[in-house]
Parts: sequence; structure tokens; C-alpha cells
Amino acid sequence: MPDRDNIIEVRGLRNAFGDQVIHDGLDLDVKRGEILGVVGGSGTGKSVLMRSIIGLQNPEEGEIRVFGESMRDKEEDEATEVRRRWGVLFQGGALFSTLTVAENVQVPLKEFYPDFSKATLDEIARYKIHLSGLPPEAAFKFPSELSGGMKKRAGLARALAMDPDLLFLDEPTAGLDPIGAARFDALTLNLKQTLGLTVFLITHDLDSLYAICDRVAVLADRQVIAVGKIDELLAIDHPWINEYFSGPRGRAAKSGHDRGITKMSVDKPSPDGP
Amino acid sequence: MIEPADFTQDTAEEGGLILRLNGAWTIAGVADADKRLRALGDAVRHIDLSAVEHIDTVGAWIVYRTARDMGADIVGVNANARSLIEAVGGVDSNDSIAPPVISPIIKLIGELGDAVLTAFGTMVQFIAFMGQCVKAIIDLILHPRRFRIHAVVQHFEHAGVRALPIVGMMSFLIGIVIAQQGAVQLRQFGAEVFTVNLVGRLTLRELGVLMTAIMVAGRSGSAFAAQIGTMKITEEVDAMRTIGVVPTEALVIPRIMATVVMMPLLAMYSSIIAMIGGGLLCWIALDIPPATFVQRIREVVPFTDLLVGLVKAPVFGAIIAMAGCFQGMRVEGNSEEVGLKTTAAVVQAIFLVIVLDAFFAVFFTGIGWN
Repeated sequence: MPDRDNIIEVRGLRNAFGDQVIHDGLDLDVKRGEILGVVGGSGTGKSVLMRSIIGLQNPEEGEIRVFGESMRDKEEDEATEVRRRWGVLFQGGALFSTLTVAENVQVPLKEFYPDFSKATLDEIARYKIHLSGLPPEAAFKFPSELSGGMKKRAGLARALAMDPDLLFLDEPTAGLDPIGAARFDALTLNLKQTLGLTVFLITHDLDSLYAICDRVAVLADRQVIAVGKIDELLAIDHPWINEYFSGPRGRAAKSGHDRGITKMSVDKPSPDGP
Repeated sequence: MIEPADFTQDTAEEGGLILRLNGAWTIAGVADADKRLRALGDAVRHIDLSAVEHIDTVGAWIVYRTARDMGADIVGVNANARSLIEAVGGVDSNDSIAPPVISPIIKLIGELGDAVLTAFGTMVQFIAFMGQCVKAIIDLILHPRRFRIHAVVQHFEHAGVRALPIVGMMSFLIGIVIAQQGAVQLRQFGAEVFTVNLVGRLTLRELGVLMTAIMVAGRSGSAFAAQIGTMKITEEVDAMRTIGVVPTEALVIPRIMATVVMMPLLAMYSSIIAMIGGGLLCWIALDIPPATFVQRIREVVPFTDLLVGLVKAPVFGAIIAMAGCFQGMRVEGNSEEVGLKTTAAVVQAIFLVIVLDAFFAVFFTGIGWN
């Protein structure tokens, strides 16, 4: 019987491209209401793991359950009940280039809930764009008119369109300047606390890990070799983990975190949750 | 089972209405309640959320908006609902999310002006690009060591050898079509035998080279634009410049050279295959045996017809390669541009080829090669 507190359960996942095995016997749980950071060297299959969970990549073996429902071999028009409960932010934003930001946000709404009136759809798009930290005039801009950071925020607005319980973020702070990255981290944390989101966060950004992640999963050797709070990971003796967290950048992020530089104040009350 | 969003109306003690909301005020079930709320008057004084089972940001927004529009206050909220309402209520503006509307006449005039300026600018850029090519060729003649023979040979293969099957197939069918249509028309005058003239002269003078040019523009012109355009986006072209390699020399000249050399060969090949196709049809439909067909071709097709084709082919090749490389070099910014410029390269190449072909037709007639 699946654990009810686990939003995502991955068991014995195996992914391979030809002879190249990406994952073999990978297990991972994501608990309700947490921000799980996923780290790993380049080519360890962080994005492939995410694509397997959201059904863009068919694994060779293994079981994937999201909200308790198996996602294996599901076609695009199946499991829509699960699909409408998650939002995905791709690396480049993946906005539809022929639509404005507001229309991008309305795409999933119109797809699943055609009953909403035009006025309500516009209002929903407006407040989602606001929640994502974009200025109001961004609503009628096309993706090509936005900067990289704004594209990510617009992608986040679309990912939030359906009021998801679960949010996938693929390297949201990559390519942003440190100030923009810190703001995006603050935004993620704020949204998680306000909306009660569970977040699956792929990142290379050590500051993000320290600042907002409840737990961190480390991908190496085709598996999740460790999951836990950063303090617990630091105690593990594994060459990659040691190098990652104890290298110069890891130490800098840790000292910054310890001094409270990356600590963010969020003055919203935490949700009671129904 | 969670009930969809619903509400009841009560009269408040101090006058006005109390809305008592119940059910799940979530995105899945709130559309109907939203419409009914919009239809209500503005006599509502309180909105009571205490019976709401579940609420998300869409429900919170609708509650917030209703309260704002009616001047009502919200009561019976738990901390979760309060934080959601505060979060969505932060954006209290009526800013339109649609772009500002412009009058269609002004828009039309603006677009026309843009189009004229773009066309003029493109023409100037193309002339500048041809100048760059000429300069690069002179530089290469002065410094022959910088000439990239490997790249040229590689493009020989891509633009020439690999085009053989498709060009051959197409030419064969075109030859059959010309012979068949010609035979049907000429039969009305009892002049079927002139089908041979038609096939021989038309393919060598016009169709062989023209069809090949169109095929090469579609295959290689587009490929040039896409390759160079992609290299522009990945900043490979900029990297070349910083290293001291001239992109025109390294990327453009080998492609132009290869196409200029390959086009006459392909055009010749295309004409021969088309004549084979036409000859086959003459044999089957008109009972003209192959030996007679070849004999007639030698009698009726002047040598200048072959020259006409062979003079035009390298010019067309240069135009196609230059259009492809030019559009590729114009790619700026995002990957969408690559597709646009690739399309532009093919359209521009075919257009220029046909315009030049018309000039050539007049010119060759003028010098008596007819």
C-alpha cells in the first residue's frame, strides 16, 4: 500500500539510451509539502528523471507513482486527473512563442475548464502573472520580447495556472544573475508556503539548496545515493558528495547561509492545510 | 465526495445580504458559481466562508473580487484561505492584459512602411554580402593556402553527389511528361515526330537547368541557411571571428564554389535523364525506336542549346548558394529565426533564378542562339 504522505514514489527505475544506462534501480520519494532539491553531476540524468516522472520519457523498468497513480505507459490523453494537478517549468521556460504571456497562462485553463468566462480567465491570468513576480505589462508581451529571467517567471505563471499541488522546476535559477536567482528562490519558497505546494527542484545552485530545500536527493552512479537534509548529507562519506558540498563553491554557499545572507524572510503565515 | 462550489443568500440583520459559501471553491468546480456571482446585485454586505471545504487561488480570487466589487467584507476565513486571498489580492489593478489596440489603417500603413524599409535594407545587405564574397575570393587568390579544399569537396558530396537520385528521378518523370503532352498536342497536326525536337531542345535549354536549380535551392540552399544560421545562434561564427578566421572565407566561399561547380554537372545529368525519359515514351507511345530518337536529337538540337544550359547553370548555382549563405548569416537571436531565414533563402533563390532565366532567354535570343 503506497504511503499517503508520498506525492511521488519512484521504485526500481531503469532508463537507458542504447548501451548507455542512465538510471538503474533508482528509488526516490517526494513527501507532501516539501521542496526536494535534486542534484548530481552533468549527465547523471536529473532531467531524465523528471521527464520519466512526468511521462515524457518511457522508462525501461520500474514503477512511478504520482498522487498514488501509476504513470507507466500512460498516453498523453490518459491520467489527465494527475496531469492537471502538477505544473512543470522547463529550463528555457518553453513558452508557446505565438501566444502572449497571458494567453500562455490561459492555455491549460481553457483546455481543462472551458466553462470560465473570458473576464474570469483574464483576471486569473492577471493575478497568476502577478504571483510570479512579473510586471503587469508583461501580460501582453510575446516570449521573444522577454529577458531570460522574465521567461522563467512567465513559465512559472503558466505552471501555476491550474493551481497545482505539485511543481516541477528544472534548473530555474540557471542563467540568472545572483540577485535574480535569489529572488526566484524567495518566490519559490513564498509560493510553497502560501499555496502549500510540493516542489521537485532540479538545480546546480548551491545557494538554492541551502536557502529553500527541505531535503536534497543526490544522483550519482545511476541511483539516488543519498536523500536528506544538507547536514545529513555532509556526514556521508562519498567522493562526489564531499567534493560537491565541501568544494570552494559549496563552502562559500554554506558560510553565506550560516551568516544568514541567503536566508529569506517570508512574512506570510504558513498554511494550516485542509 | 466534495461538493462543487455553491452559495446561499441570507438577509443580514442590519440590511443587505449575507452570502454563505459552501462546497469546494477550487478551479475544478467554481466556474458556475462565478457566473452566478457576477449576475448578483451589489447588495451583499458579508461573505461567509466558514462552510467552505476547500479553497485554492482561483476560488480565493473570485471571493476577493466579489467582495471588492460589492464592498462586502469576508468573514469566517481560516488562515489558509486568508493567506491565499492576501496573495491574490495583492494585484488590485484593472490593467488590461491585452495589448493596446491600434487602428487597422495605421497598422496597415505601418506594416507597408516596414516592408518597404526591410526590402530596401535587405537589398543593400545583399549587395554588401556579394562585395564580401568578392573580397574573400580576391583574398583567397592572393593567399591560396587559406583556401579550404576539404570543405569544398565535402560540399561537392552534399550538394552534388547526394542530389543525384532525386534530381534523376524528377528529370526522368519531367521528360516523360513533356514527351507525352507534346505528343498529344502535336498529333492534332500529324506532327508527332516533332516531339523529339520538343524534348531535346526544351530539356537542354530550359528545363534541365531550371528544375535542377529549384531542386538544389530546396535541398542545398535551405541546408546552407540552416547550417550557418544555427552556427550564428550557437555563436560559432563569432568564435571564428575572434580566432581570426574570416567566416565568409570559411563558410560561404566553399559552399558557393561547390554549388557553382556542381550545378552544370547536375544540369547536364538532369537533361540527359529527361531525354532518356522522353525517348522511352516516344518508343512506347509513338513507335520511335531509341536509335532513331538519338539520331533525330543529333539532327535537331543545335550545339548552342547545350551551351545555353551550361552557361546558365553556374550562375544559378552561385545565386542559390549566395541566397542560402546570406540568409544564414542574417540569423540573429533565437532558433525561430533559423526557420524563417531558411524559408526566405529558398524563396529568394527560386525567385532570383526565374528572374535571371527570363533575362537569359532574351539575351541568348538576342545573340542569335535560338
